[in-house]
Amino acid sequence: MTAVIETQDTTVAKVGPPLLKVEGVKTYYGNIIALKGVDVDVYPGEIVTLIGANGAGKSTLMMTIFGNPQAREGRVLFDGRDITRMPSHEIARLRIAQSPEGRRIFPRMTVLENLQMGASLDKLKYFNDDVERMFTLFPRLKERLTQRGGTLSGGEQQMLAIARALMARPRLLMLDEPSLGLAPLIVKQIFDAVRDLNRTEGLTVFLVEQNAFHALKLAHRGYVMVNGLVTLSGTGQELLANPEVRAAYLEGGRH
Amino acid sequence: MSTSAPARPFEPDFAAAAKDAVLSGVIALGIFGPLVGLRTTQNMSNQLIVESHWGLVAIIVGIVAVGRFVLRAFVFPRMAMWKAQPKVESTAEPSFLRRNIKTIGLVFLLFYPVIIVSMLGYQQSIKWVDNFGIQILIYVMLGWGLNIVVGLAGLLDLGYVAFYAVGAYSYALLATHFGLSFWILLPLAGILAAMWGIILGFPVLRLRGDYLAIVTLAFGEIIRLVLINWRELTNGSAGISSIPKVDLFGWITFNVADPNYVGKVFGLANSSAYYKIFLYYLILALALLTAFVTIRLRRMPIGRAWEALREDEVACRSLGINTTNTKLTAFAIGAMFGGFAGSFFAARQGFVSPESFVFLESAVIVAIVVLGGMGSMIGVAIAAVAMIGGTEILRELSFLKVVFGSDFNPDLFRMLIFGLAMVTIMVWKPRGFVGQREPTAFLTERKAVSGSLVQEGHG
Repeated sequence: MTAVIETQDTTVAKVGPPLLKVEGVKTYYGNIIALKGVDVDVYPGEIVTLIGANGAGKSTLMMTIFGNPQAREGRVLFDGRDITRMPSHEIARLRIAQSPEGRRIFPRMTVLENLQMGASLDKLKYFNDDVERMFTLFPRLKERLTQRGGTLSGGEQQMLAIARALMARPRLLMLDEPSLGLAPLIVKQIFDAVRDLNRTEGLTVFLVEQNAFHALKLAHRGYVMVNGLVTLSGTGQELLANPEVRAAYLEGGRH
Repeated sequence: MSTSAPARPFEPDFAAAAKDAVLSGVIALGIFGPLVGLRTTQNMSNQLIVESHWGLVAIIVGIVAVGRFVLRAFVFPRMAMWKAQPKVESTAEPSFLRRNIKTIGLVFLLFYPVIIVSMLGYQQSIKWVDNFGIQILIYVMLGWGLNIVVGLAGLLDLGYVAFYAVGAYSYALLATHFGLSFWILLPLAGILAAMWGIILGFPVLRLRGDYLAIVTLAFGEIIRLVLINWRELTNGSAGISSIPKVDLFGWITFNVADPNYVGKVFGLANSSAYYKIFLYYLILALALLTAFVTIRLRRMPIGRAWEALREDEVACRSLGINTTNTKLTAFAIGAMFGGFAGSFFAARQGFVSPESFVFLESAVIVAIVVLGGMGSMIGVAIAAVAMIGGTEILRELSFLKVVFGSDFNPDLFRMLIFGLAMVTIMVWKPRGFVGQREPTAFLTERKAVSGSLVQEGHG
């Protein structure tokens, strides 16, 4: 237990309408139903996590919010605007940034070029400032600046994926399994960075995780997804204490 | 990129090599003795007789044995040594030649016709300026055009020759029917080809990799079949002939009958070499235009989007890049340069027919891009010189007749040697001649990122 993640001790007042609202979303892959009517709210300034086992539909929800695949029923609202039928690139232009599953950095491009791609939306207006910001957030990236993305370690690639998403100056940051395959110390670094961003800049974060223990500690609120449905929700601390959650996701797998 | 550390001395194992050589010789004798050494034929009275060619067998067995000896004694140990040596990134400045290869190449290209003419005179220069210079530069241009689609945007297009054909026929038809000048038709041919690029782009937007390759291949064939079958417009397989020559903006022409023929203007003797030299500089300018535009585009958002698209389409979309427009512009701009090259080709040949736009042409252009190293301009140029220059040089194989007898047809072996050379290059340099990608974004100083830092399969 070298890497200890602090428990989130604050709560965020739910002022006004949610920034992201997922309403009764049903998503299909062909004829197979993956999401069976999911409701999720993310309020401005919150870190909200979605936990669940493999194949529960966590990543599908993330992809559905991003319009690929699109929801067959239900609605996705961002800042009151219906984005259910929008193409992915237009959703991204509303300042929803994503660090997708499997990181998906550009392997043959350098770290700097990857960051540059993230800043495409603003035509590089704040590029130099933002690059500096990323260096303070992830000092490792500075050392690797001229190296190709594909030559980075897994943790560095994850940092790059998050930094690339942040270069777009997002209003909502969506992270899909950032801890996947990483050493506990690196996970801590990444989660601490996310917490810092949230505290200092009020960044809203939607985090999909399998690593329930760490995710619930970081998040203000959490949702538990089982088999395409949200079965439980509550604050991070409530869920950490919940016996069902403990039995299903935490006992035995405790880090 | 291994360093030039002093080679460790190695002991060639001559005994083992000799044993190997004898063994291979015996095997070669066993195989080629009956196959090559004995040939049945008919004599004057229609009797079946056996001719023997033991001399030829001896030559083949000799080549095999000596080759095996050299491989075993010298080549294999050296290769093993190279592999054993740790690959150290060279920190030293690259050599003068390597640093200035672009400038040197450019200066050489500018003076190439001058050098050839001063060495061989006007009449003898035609072959070298036309068959080598112009021919290679056409393929350099086509390679650079396709490089935008395949090398930068990562869309494998096996039907690129279709745009070349569109450009060539646009010029051929509009120039012969309406008598329009090359300088008006060149941009027009480019626009038409770009339009066809977009027409091809739309249906294949959702396709990638193998599927895209098959559809683009079919597109190339469709264009060719339309050219063959739409007789009323294209004159079918007979093609279009007497396509007008290019002139220098109407000031100077290259038709002997014209009052402002180049020879009359400058008081020179009539020669077709002037036109070839003019065409050489024209295609050089067109190729350099392609290079210039590509280099500029790579530093602009659209060029960066192409490269990102090649790397990861899903990530692109999540960063707000419109992948549809990105792909269509890649197809359109790539096709446009194909169209330019096509109209130049028509003007140079004076004749076009569907024969010139077969699938093999597409394959050669793709091979140039792949051999050059996907995305590298200088690599593509080197590959075009090697492939097109190489095939031209292989026309001069008649010396083989001395070895194999006068009924030996060396042309038949051209493609064989060509194929072997390609396989060898891909084994030797699996990422093409220039495997490293030049980054386009810098904070302080330039630093090339070496291809050897990335494992195979990651890039």
